[in-house]
Amino acid sequence: MLIFERSRPGRRGAVRAPVQPGDAAGIPQNQLRARPPRLPEVSELDAVRHYTGLSQRNFSIDTHFYPLGSCTMKYNPRACNALAMLPQFLGRHPDAPPETGQGFLACLFELQEMLKSVTGMAQVSLAPMAGAQGEFAGVAMIRAYHDSRGDAARDEILVPDAAHGTNPASAVMCGYRVREIPTDADGNVDVAALGRAVGPRTAGLMLTNPSTLGVFERHIVELGNIVHGAGGLLYYDGANLNAILGRVKPRDMGFDVIHINLHKTFSTPHGGGGPGAGPVGVNATLAPFLPLPVIGRSAEGLRLLDERDCPLAIGRLGAHLGNAGVLLRAYVYMRMLGAAGMRRVADYSTLNANYLMAELRRAGFQVAFPGRRATHEFVVTLKALRDETGVTTMDVAKRLLDKGFHAPTAYFPQLVPECLLIEPTETESKQTLDAFVAAMKEILEEARRDPQLVKGAPHATPLGRLDEARAARDLDLAWQPR
Amino acid sequence: MTTPANLKYTPSHEWVRTEADGTVAVGITFHAQEQLGDIVFFQAPEAGRKVKQGEECAVIESVKAAADIYAPVSGEVIAANPEVADSPERVNRDPYAAWLFRLRPSHPAELAGLLDAAAYAKHAESEKR
Amino acid sequence: MPFIPHTEDDTREMLAAIGVAAIDDLFDEIPPGLRADALAGMPPALSEMEITRLMHERAAHDGAWLNFIGAGAYEHHIPAAVWQIATRGEFYSAYTPYQAEASQGTLQVLYEFQSMMASLTALDVSNASLYDGASALAEAVLMAVRAHKSSRRVLMPRTVHPSWRKVARTLVRNQGIELLEIPFDPGTGSTTLEALGRFKGSAPAAVVIPQPNFFGVLEPVDDLADWAHANGALAIAAVNPTALALLKPPGEWGALGADIAVGDGQPLGAPLAGGGPYFGFMTCRKDLVRQMPGRIVGATRDRDGRRGYVLTLQAREQHIRRAKATSNICTNQGLLATAATLYLALLGPAGLAGVARACHANTLALAARLTRIRGVARAFSGAIFHEAVLRLPVAVAPVLRALREHRILGGCALEQDYPELGHALLVCATETRTGGDIARYGAELERVIEQPPRPAAEPRG
Repeated sequence: MLIFERSRPGRRGAVRAPVQPGDAAGIPQNQLRARPPRLPEVSELDAVRHYTGLSQRNFSIDTHFYPLGSCTMKYNPRACNALAMLPQFLGRHPDAPPETGQGFLACLFELQEMLKSVTGMAQVSLAPMAGAQGEFAGVAMIRAYHDSRGDAARDEILVPDAAHGTNPASAVMCGYRVREIPTDADGNVDVAALGRAVGPRTAGLMLTNPSTLGVFERHIVELGNIVHGAGGLLYYDGANLNAILGRVKPRDMGFDVIHINLHKTFSTPHGGGGPGAGPVGVNATLAPFLPLPVIGRSAEGLRLLDERDCPLAIGRLGAHLGNAGVLLRAYVYMRMLGAAGMRRVADYSTLNANYLMAELRRAGFQVAFPGRRATHEFVVTLKALRDETGVTTMDVAKRLLDKGFHAPTAYFPQLVPECLLIEPTETESKQTLDAFVAAMKEILEEARRDPQLVKGAPHATPLGRLDEARAARDLDLAWQPR
Repeated sequence: MTTPANLKYTPSHEWVRTEADGTVAVGITFHAQEQLGDIVFFQAPEAGRKVKQGEECAVIESVKAAADIYAPVSGEVIAANPEVADSPERVNRDPYAAWLFRLRPSHPAELAGLLDAAAYAKHAESEKR
Repeated sequence: MPFIPHTEDDTREMLAAIGVAAIDDLFDEIPPGLRADALAGMPPALSEMEITRLMHERAAHDGAWLNFIGAGAYEHHIPAAVWQIATRGEFYSAYTPYQAEASQGTLQVLYEFQSMMASLTALDVSNASLYDGASALAEAVLMAVRAHKSSRRVLMPRTVHPSWRKVARTLVRNQGIELLEIPFDPGTGSTTLEALGRFKGSAPAAVVIPQPNFFGVLEPVDDLADWAHANGALAIAAVNPTALALLKPPGEWGALGADIAVGDGQPLGAPLAGGGPYFGFMTCRKDLVRQMPGRIVGATRDRDGRRGYVLTLQAREQHIRRAKATSNICTNQGLLATAATLYLALLGPAGLAGVARACHANTLALAARLTRIRGVARAFSGAIFHEAVLRLPVAVAPVLRALREHRILGGCALEQDYPELGHALLVCATETRTGGDIARYGAELERVIEQPPRPAAEPRG
């Protein structure tokens, strides 16, 4: 039932307008709203029951193992939430002057510094409110750099064909054409193909390392040399930073500009689809172009640098400071990990992924790159299962829900047919991983014995398989009263 | 019959039927609709628009993909199929009856350069994953 | 090891199952030259107890302030139930609802959110939120240019929030789109048809119409929307959601209604929190829905005919369309949209209208009290919603500094963005400001102005 269907005219929540209700005296008649908006009229208990009930229809990290590849669904520590929501931080107006928020700014400044340390980059901006905004900022800075040198012929950004869709989309938003570079049989960018693709039109190459295929780009240094040799810059999509945190620094791999997903590597909550945060880091040459605001330190204290301080900045991505609450959560997390804790993230996320990969292979599943180590994630292909039984990756994903697990990422990367991209993260125990393997084995057996059972999944969730085609054909995007 | 012999084809999975009045009808093949999945929407080109062979002129959308449609020959767009606008799922049910749009070709010689049924069938097979 | 559950036994068994001797071996594909050494500049780990103490100390250091700043971020009372429910683990730690059967909670909340935003703005459809109001405005500009097809110019009044204009410039600059600034009338503080008329020849794709504008002043929205349509342009409304409980919504502006409405949803349940996270909203006419960026939830049925919800129209988005996507957007602000839905359900139409009325009345009362001080006057004659621009007889920055000594944040100084307004201060009093608060501000400001402080060397910012 929708909240509107629980509504009764005249019913009110406990929330009262304050003692001086006032009227709309100062507003001209022709500017006034004639009919009230269709908002529900429910009691507070109605609302609390309704939304609590809805929450119970969700899978979440707090309730289920959630091995979504490329999403890094690690535990979101409760301390991060509690401390980010201290009332003085929550009550701070974004335009309050820096003298009134030195404690708040200290947390953010130290976050900037820690991100520099862990990535090796020279300067960081916390402004981008999501990974995609970070990517936009990164490509925009590449553009600003070439423009500042009068290098106007560079109109192409290179992207691996296995790249996440935000990469080419961000490049196009910055006015670039996109050229795809093929992947070789080992799951790495084809070095020879890259060599043929670079030239005077190359503005840069966007890469993820480990790649979206879950393997480390072994030729990363060579890839960087090829791009730099042609006068282009190297962009790092930090989506998979969890695999190498504390073990390898993006700067050492040759990257000039990077973005980091705090809602992946640094455990800020996914919130049902956001808010995220996508800070960008750059080498010294690109530092003047960073999006504003950047937090600066001077004799008078910490403050937000603006257009007067940074005249070459590419501009602003949001009206205020970025997703400050998300930044505070990441800060608390990083302080609780410390230097040693960073490296343990890479160690145990990689251990968990390799263990899961070995156990799934033992159980009869086919991995996409059997000769390669898993990084923090790996790809399984169910093509043979589909050919044998007609059961697809989608069916297996839905059947996993019945077994009490959120499915891994399905059908991405698009290069591998019928694939699952599996990322356990370091916060899961061996027991959880073993239970997942057992469930996958059961599904394999069910697919052979009783394929219709799997094809009809899910059976145990509040709703069965939903008709996506119908949703797209008969658009119903907002409730209408009958 | 997944590749009717009386039609011509493009490597990008469009089919072409020459009508009695010299116009051509354009649609997508069985292979294409199978790859796309349930078709939900067709973004038709405007009538009167002039297109060049190979130019992107329309978009067909399924739940999981949005594919560009390329003009198989140069010419002027005459009309889009109203039945497809109403029920895009017709393209899945009968891709060769559910034409998407009609063109008046400006360079009829281009038709000869299109693939015949056998050549297209081979091409589609090679792309199967 | 915080958050890592592995015992030594676990690790040993797992390494054996993989067939390696040590965790280091799992990294043998990484060229040795790339191995990082210890992380210089990273402090040692703190226990939860230690970081709790540190954060409490920092928060206490910053303290609490009596706030009269609006300027795009508004202090409202957020009912306790909103964040208690929004931070339930099932909402807080859930992912994007790509597996619909596992996410009906989030999906239904977002469908309800879309319904509420569509109704609030009186337009047909809404998306499931964008990052913030400023980037939502930039996306609306991109959308209007896509829909219009022939013009790449958009008219942007100077009465739109200065930061929103900066963001729009940043996001559209590299796509060859021109934003033309429209001056405001110095008497009313709003945008006139005369000012717009001078840009008629530019044949714009869209006109942005804020309501209320950055100065708190109400724009002549019917005239401006009609002008846009008469000149072949789309009308993009940039609106405050609380105000929409009282003011005519964008879908009813002029003869045809606005085409796209955007704004920042922060007033609907998001705390000020130093600047974010907030959320942007976007609603539009039905026939523009395929051009709308961001995630969209649609209703459908499952195999047994039961009503459910899914992400739909995904073919427009980056993960499918890639280089040809409507935008590069991946995340939305799901948790904030959830909080907004809770806020609107708890307030209902009467509650929201009550908040709007109280904000309006309190700001009028604040302006009345402050203009009793000699030399302080309203800068503009136009009707206002819940903010007002005041002209002071002395420089603003020292006044604000003096007020801060009494823990009062007096407002937003405008001289940097609007130097022509002189000593101008934008003040706001929401429903959270009491008569006592207003009296206290009045008394302190009076004292400061009648004995102006000596101008000190001003720190910037």
